[in-house]
Formats: sequence, structure tokens, C-alpha cells
Amino acid sequence: MNKLKQLFAGGALLTFMSSVAHAEYGLNMPVGVTETSRQVYDLHMLILWVCVAIGVVVFGAMIWSMIFHRKSKGAVASQFHESMTAEVVWTVVPFIILIVMAIPATKVLIDMHDASEADMSIKVTGYQWKWRYEYIGEDVDFFSSLDAASNEARQVGSKIDPSTVDNYLLNVDRPLVIPVGKKVRFLLTASDVIHAWWVPDFGWKKDAIPGFINEAWVKVDEPGVYRGQCAELCGRDHGFMPIVVEVKSEADYAIWLAAQKGEEVVAKMEAEVALVEGLTADDLIQKGEEVYRANCVACHQMKGEGIAGVFPAISGSALVNGPMDAQIDMVMNGKVGTAMVAFKNQLNDVELAAVITYQRNSLGNSVGDSVQPSAIAALR
Amino acid sequence: MTTVTADTHDDHHDHGPAKGFMRWVTTTNHKDIGTLYLIFSLVMFMVGGAMAMVIRLELFQPGLQFVDPGFFNQMTTVHALVMIFGAVMPAFVGLANWMLPIMVGGPDMALPRMNNWSFWILPFAFAMLLSTFFMDGGAAAGGWTLYPPLVLQGGNGFPYMIFAIHMMGISSVMGAINVIVTILNMRAPGMTLMKMPLFVWTWFITAYLLIAVMPVLAGAVTMLLTDRFYDTSFFSAAGGGDPVLFQHIFWFFGHPEVYILILPAFGVVSSIIPTFARKPLFGYSSMVYATASIAFLSFIVWAHHMFTVGMPIEGELFFMYATMLIAVPTGVKVFNWISTMWKGSMTFETPMLFSIGFVIMFTIGGFSGLMLAIAPADFQYHDTYFVVAHFHYVLVTGAIYSIMAAAYYWLPKWTGNMYNEKMGQWHFWLSTVSVNVLFFPQHFLGLAGMPRRIPDYSVQFAEFNMWSSIGGFAFGLSQVFFCYIVYKTIKGGEKATDQVWEGAEGLEWTLSSPPPYHSFTTAPEIK
Ligand code: HEC
Ligand code: HEM
Ligand SMILES: [Cu+2]
Ligand SMILES: [Cu+2]
Repeated sequence: MNKLKQLFAGGALLTFMSSVAHAEYGLNMPVGVTETSRQVYDLHMLILWVCVAIGVVVFGAMIWSMIFHRKSKGAVASQFHESMTAEVVWTVVPFIILIVMAIPATKVLIDMHDASEADMSIKVTGYQWKWRYEYIGEDVDFFSSLDAASNEARQVGSKIDPSTVDNYLLNVDRPLVIPVGKKVRFLLTASDVIHAWWVPDFGWKKDAIPGFINEAWVKVDEPGVYRGQCAELCGRDHGFMPIVVEVKSEADYAIWLAAQKGEEVVAKMEAEVALVEGLTADDLIQKGEEVYRANCVACHQMKGEGIAGVFPAISGSALVNGPMDAQIDMVMNGKVGTAMVAFKNQLNDVELAAVITYQRNSLGNSVGDSVQPSAIAALR
Repeated sequence: MTTVTADTHDDHHDHGPAKGFMRWVTTTNHKDIGTLYLIFSLVMFMVGGAMAMVIRLELFQPGLQFVDPGFFNQMTTVHALVMIFGAVMPAFVGLANWMLPIMVGGPDMALPRMNNWSFWILPFAFAMLLSTFFMDGGAAAGGWTLYPPLVLQGGNGFPYMIFAIHMMGISSVMGAINVIVTILNMRAPGMTLMKMPLFVWTWFITAYLLIAVMPVLAGAVTMLLTDRFYDTSFFSAAGGGDPVLFQHIFWFFGHPEVYILILPAFGVVSSIIPTFARKPLFGYSSMVYATASIAFLSFIVWAHHMFTVGMPIEGELFFMYATMLIAVPTGVKVFNWISTMWKGSMTFETPMLFSIGFVIMFTIGGFSGLMLAIAPADFQYHDTYFVVAHFHYVLVTGAIYSIMAAAYYWLPKWTGNMYNEKMGQWHFWLSTVSVNVLFFPQHFLGLAGMPRRIPDYSVQFAEFNMWSSIGGFAFGLSQVFFCYIVYKTIKGGEKATDQVWEGAEGLEWTLSSPPPYHSFTTAPEIK
């Protein structure tokens, strides 16, 4: 009877394992596309095989003993116990195995820590719930958040089948772009809570912590698109702040960088013009809606209803419907110790003026006034 | 040795238990309090399990079908807090209450009134913790590790959660003091330290760990409280504080805490395996020394939970080496259990099955732990489902399995009735198959890149998550079956002998089944 049960359990495990073997998805750590990631992969496989080998010995002995040293087989218990030799052997042998493991691990760790002599640096800042990439020394600075298609499909009860969405939850609106074959140094930090930046193909993850700057680096061998996710719980939408890195050839990267710089210049000029000439209330509200959808809905929700007890509603908010100064102060400077961060570090004057005006005149509010970008600029 | 029966005990003009509900409220009897702890723990296991079912339900398929992501985070956070502080720790305290006085040959715990108090704090602590679900902003949602700044963003329930943790801590520390005083003072003449059963030894060491680290946790959460309400900036970078400091303090508590959850399990298994192998434990003294070394090392490995926070290389190397070192005494334990089985005359009743399940699956969890200790590889594993698989192997098939083993092993002694062996075997096999379907695929998920603490995932992870959820539901149901088996055993069943198990040795088997209300009123004779 017992045997039968064991057989049954074994059979179930076998079918499970074979169904696993036929599947096409990842079972193991990716080898990755950097020297570091390959070293990490090798370490992983080494320690895995060490464990498997020890497992075979340990479980083998156990199973042997369970089969042959059972009472039903007429086994008579011998009463031996305590052996200094045995204790010494099984203390010393594992110790030696561990030393053998520690040597390559130490070497890889030291290599990974050496971020010196980088060809370029990118500052990565985690926000709830998007990433900001600043190319240090180049005038390129942008946010990267979950793409619209995934975002729509992931709403509770959206009825959209995730398998119909391209790279569901692993796609962003603006990917990070880096050149192939260059040592790129990342400086990681966060503005609100702790996040962690992780692309499995690069072989590491690193925490992005407010008030700290952590260093890490990659040197990617092959052009391609590599995907990852935030790996440290950072609040409600922690599962929805993916990372996409496009690795381009040096020439393509140069073209991309020039185009980005061009766009930044145009955007800056537009903002200058708006600052001097002012915008109509309608223009502000229209622009404000875009800004709101991109930056505020994650907490205050699409219709401004908020989430009771965590994120206040904008609709009917006494603060929003009261004197404008308080609202401007809240949006620009945030409130320390809460999830409401200082948006003056993220948005330009036009965007700030637009989103403030929008909140006062939409989402169920109708105060009827508006604020110009120049007024915001004066408060910086 | 003589058998002390209920009749002899009456001669000692002792009172029996009071009647009715007040018996349980006012009791100072170690067995009654042990029973209370165990029942409480089972209830919490079901509560925490229900939350796990919600989590697994949402993760059954990609896409968000049932719960809001914020609520999902509350579920993972409170699931963990309930399981750790409400299910596993009280279960071990319950076992300690029942068994320690008997095992050392004493009449009761040394501090019976405090014993009552330390139990009765718990229902209030957990009522408070669970009540936060109904407050504005819901329960804590920042993970059971409570990392600031995230945890400070919580709703109105935050201070209640902190207060609940304080109460749990006070209860644990009182329980630990009681254990130490009992062991040091209540031993029968001749019961020298090195004659104590291993369960007593492991609890003795665990109790010191508890006293050492629970106040550290209390300090850490108090600092969170003042950061949020009294404008201090211990952990706020903007105010000159340091968010990483919290992690150091938390894990200085947290790593010994995981040994608090597993050392008593070692003790249980070290009692059960010799019984069913009909052979003495292979290396008693080396087991004691290994336990002590593990306890010592557990204080100097905490930052292996923080390899990715950006420590200096020297720090990373130190914590990597120290963590790898812990594998040595842990290995010693496993080798000793196997040598005890070797050339024994084994039978496989339910307690033995759960103990063998423990040794195999705890070792699997130990292997993944060894992998996690390799810092550069941990940069990949950290905060993925690989870690979730690791700690569930050590906690569920480790700690929980040992508790199940203990329950089956001692239930006949506690109730005087044998449990139904066939049902016990079914419970074991259902649990063991389902728990592996539940947690084994999570190794693959983590390696393939699925982060933990996420309510939704990309479609490449769908298949394994579905397996895992199915395993989860089956495992959950199997535990409902366990509740039924326990209930049935309490109600009746074949009468157990005093010896219960053919190969059992130790003082508890010299008492009647069930034992008299006061265990040893005259000290037994220790050979
Ligand atoms: C990460 C979550 C989050 C995001 C994103 C966010 N807010 Fe907030 N917001 C909060 C929280 C939390 C509060 C409450 C702060 C407090 O305790 O007073 C708040 C408060 C406010 C208030 C005051 C409401 C009241 O009635 O007190 C305004 C106005 C506001 N936010 C505007 C915005 C705007 C505009 C954006 C987008 C540019 C935005 N918020 C994005 C979390 C967020
Ligand atoms: C009934 C069987 C159980 C199931 C199905 C289960 C399932 C889960 C799941 C799905 C998670 C969430 C993982 C994530 O999203 O990151 C989780 C987290 C966790 N579980 Fe369990 N679990 C079970 C039992 C236990 C037990 C008995 C313990 C402890 C003794 C435990 C301790 C934890 C811990 C510490 C976490 C981490 C929570 C966090 O991320 O803060 N679990 N469990
Ligand atoms: Cu995150
Ligand atoms: Cu640890």
C-alpha cells in the first residue's frame, strides 16, 4: 500500500517534470549579454551542481535507508551512536567545499564592484511608479513608464486578454537607449520610496534609495532590446513599472542621441514661448489632462476619485476648490512623509500650470480660474 | 520508572480544572495554556492561509481579475505577519508549554501567571492587527519587512499595526523568560543539562534568541512610529536620516527570527526520528553544539538580506562568508538525522512521515539558501520568486511540517486518543504532493525573472503560476482536512497506551495518556 502511494507520487512528479521540459519558457537564469552576467550565470550553475551532488549523496543515503532499514523488512536496529570521526568528517568536508565556492564568488563580486573608467554615465531615479533617465553631460532627460496598451489591459476587470498585448507589463513608452560595447555607469537613486533597477540579462539588480546614490555598470555585447522590472516593493503599482533598454550600435546611438537633443530643444522653446505669451484657459485644461493622465492617475485615479484613506480625491477636494496658493504649493512642493512628492522636480512650468488649472476646472471641480506658467516660474 | 496516573494525582489533594469558559480565561496550567496556544495557532494558520488563497487566486492567471493591487499588497503583508507571529511562533510556544515541564520532569511552567498573560495578549494583538483591514487606507501594505519610506505611506491602520507588533513582542519575550526559568529551575534531580531531550535544548537556545532580538524589533517599529507622527527623521533622508539603517536594524532582528522559527523544529524532529528508527539519536552532543553555533552565527549574517542595497565590498564579502558558514552546522544536523535512520528499524507512521518530509524538503530549502548566500548570484535571485520558493520550503515544509509531525506524535498523549492513522497518511501525502506543486515551480519563475510581491505578471510566467495556484488550493484544502483529523481525535478514537509509540523514550511516555492535570508532582527518577 505504501509502495503504491510512493509510485503514484513519483509518477505525478514525472509527468510534471516532463510537461516542464516541453514548455518553451525560461526555467533557468538567463545567460545574459554581458561578461558579468555570464560570470554570474556560471557561479549559479556551479553552486547548483554542488547542491545537486550533495543532494544525491544525502537523499540517496536516506532513500537507501528507508528502503532497506525498515521494520517491515525485518531490519533490526543496531544501537550505534556518537562518532567523533564522523562528526569531524562531515564538518570539515562541507567547509572545504564552501571555500572552493567562495573563491570564484569573491572574484566576480570584486569585478562587479569596479565601476571606474566608464565611457558614459546615466542617472536613474525611481519614482512611484516610473523611471527617470538623465544622461549626464548630455542634455537628455526623460521619464519612462508602463506603455498604454499594458496599462489599459491591467486595470481590474478590463476584460482584455493579456496575451493579446505585446510584451504585456514589460513594455514602456520611452525605453532607455545605450550604445553597445561601451561601459555605461548607472547612478541609481529614488525620489520617494525604495525601488530596485533590474534587467536580468545584465546580471544584477541594485536598489534605488532616496538620499543615496548607488553605482553599477554594464557593458553589453549585443545590440537588442532587454527587459526588466522594478524589484523592490514600492507601493500599489510596484508590479507596473517595467524597464526596457534598447542597446544600439554606436552609430545608431549617436543618431538617437542627436534626435533626443533636438526634441528637448524644441520642447524647451515651446515652454519659453508659453511662458512669455501665456496660454488660454482651454489650452491649459487640454494640456493639463495629458499631464494628469501621465503623472497623477496612478494615485488620484482617472476621475479624480482617489482611494479612500490612502490617496485623497481631487474631485470636490477642499484644497483644490479653495485658494489656489495652497494647491500650487501642494503640487510643486509635495508633502514630506507622504506619497505626494514635489512635482516641481518632475514637471516644467507649463505642465505645472496646466495640471493645476485642469484640476480646478475638471474632475468634477469648477472653480473657474487658471494660472499661467509665468506665475509658476516666479515661485521656483 | 513508575507511571503516574490521574488517580495518584488526586491523592495530592489537588484541584482539577475549573469548569466552563472561565477555565480557559483564568488558567495557569501549562497544559491548558499549551492547548490554547495550539488552537490559536491553528486558527491563525487558517486565517493566514485564507489570505494566501486570495493571493494565489489573483496570480492564477495574468491580468488583474479579482483584487486591487493595493489590497493585494495588504494580503501579502498581513499573510506573512499572521503566519510568522500568529501561526508558527505560537505553535512552538504551545508545544513548549505542553512538553517542556513534562520533559524535564517538573510539575508545571515556572511562572504560571505570566504564562496566562503571555497567551491572552495574543488574541487581542491579532484582533488589532486584523482590524486594520477595516480602517481608512486598509492594512499595512509595505511587506512584512516594513521598510520605510514605503511603510510610512500607510493609512490610519499604521499605528495599530505597530502596537499589535509590540504586543506580540511582549508576549514572546514573556514566553521566552518562562521557558528559560522553567528549564533552569524545574528539572528533576539528575536531569543534567546534557541529559535534556533535544527539544528542550533547542527551545532553551531559541528563548535566548527571542529575548535578544524582540526588543530590537520593538525599537525599530517605535522609530517608524515617531518618524511618522513626531517628526523625527531616523529613516528619512530628507531629514538627515537613513532609510537603510532601518533595514540593518530590522534584519538584525529578522535573521535570528528565522532561526527562532526553525530551531524548535530541529528539536521536534530530533525527538521523532529516533522513536521510529528505534535507535538513539546519532550525535546528541554534536546536535547541541550545532544548535548553539547556528544561534551564534545567526547574529552576524543579517545583511545577506541586503546584498543589493549598495554595501561596501568588504561588507558584502563578510556577510557572504558568514552566511556560507552557517551551512556547516546545519549540515551537521542533517547528517545526524540520516545517521540516526541508518541501520535502524524504521516504521512510517504519520509523525515519521512528516519528519522525513521535513528533512528532505528543509534540505531543499537549505540548498536554495546556500545559493542565495553567493552574493553575486543573489544579485539575480534577490526579490524574485526564487526567494519566495526558498523561504516557503524552509517555513512551510520546514517549520510547519515539524509542527504537524509534533501534533501527530503527541496528540495521543495529549488527548488519550489515537488519531486515525489512515487519515494521517492521506493528509501527509496530499500535503506533500501539493506543496511541491505549489512551491517547486516558483524556483523556475524566479530564475526566469519574475519579481516577488507583484499582483500581475507578464504572460511568459502564466503556466507555472497556474501550477502553483492549483498546488496552493490543494494544499489549503489538505490543511482543512488536518483540522478535521485533529477535531476527530479530540472527540474520541482508539484509546492510546501510555507508551503510545513502541520506540518512544523520554519522561512524557511514563505519564498516563492523557497526563494528569499537574505533570510530575513528585519528581521522577532520572536514570
Ligand atoms: C504616488 C502617489 C501620488 C501621485 C502620483 C500624485 N499624488 Fe497628489 N497626493 C498624494 C497623496 C498621498 C496626497 C495626500 C497628501 C497629504 O497627506 O496631505 C496627495 C495630495 C494631493 C493634493 C491635495 C489634495 C487634498 O485634498 O488635500 C493635490 C492637489 C494633489 N495631490 C495633486 C496631485 C497632482 C497634480 C499630481 C500629478 C502631477 C499628483 N497629485 C500625483 C499622492 C500622489
Ligand atoms: C498555506 C500555504 C501558503 C501559501 C499558498 C503561501 C503563499 C504565499 C504567497 C503567494 C506569497 C506572496 C509572494 C509575493 O507576492 O511576494 C507569500 C508570501 C509570504 N509567505 Fe506564504 N504561503 C503559505 C504559507 C506560509 C507560511 C506557513 C509562512 C510562514 C511561516 C509563510 C510566510 C510568508 C512570508 C514571510 C511571505 C513574504 C511576504 C512579503 O513579501 O512581505 N507563508 N506566501
Ligand atoms: Cu517597485
Ligand atoms: Cu537571513
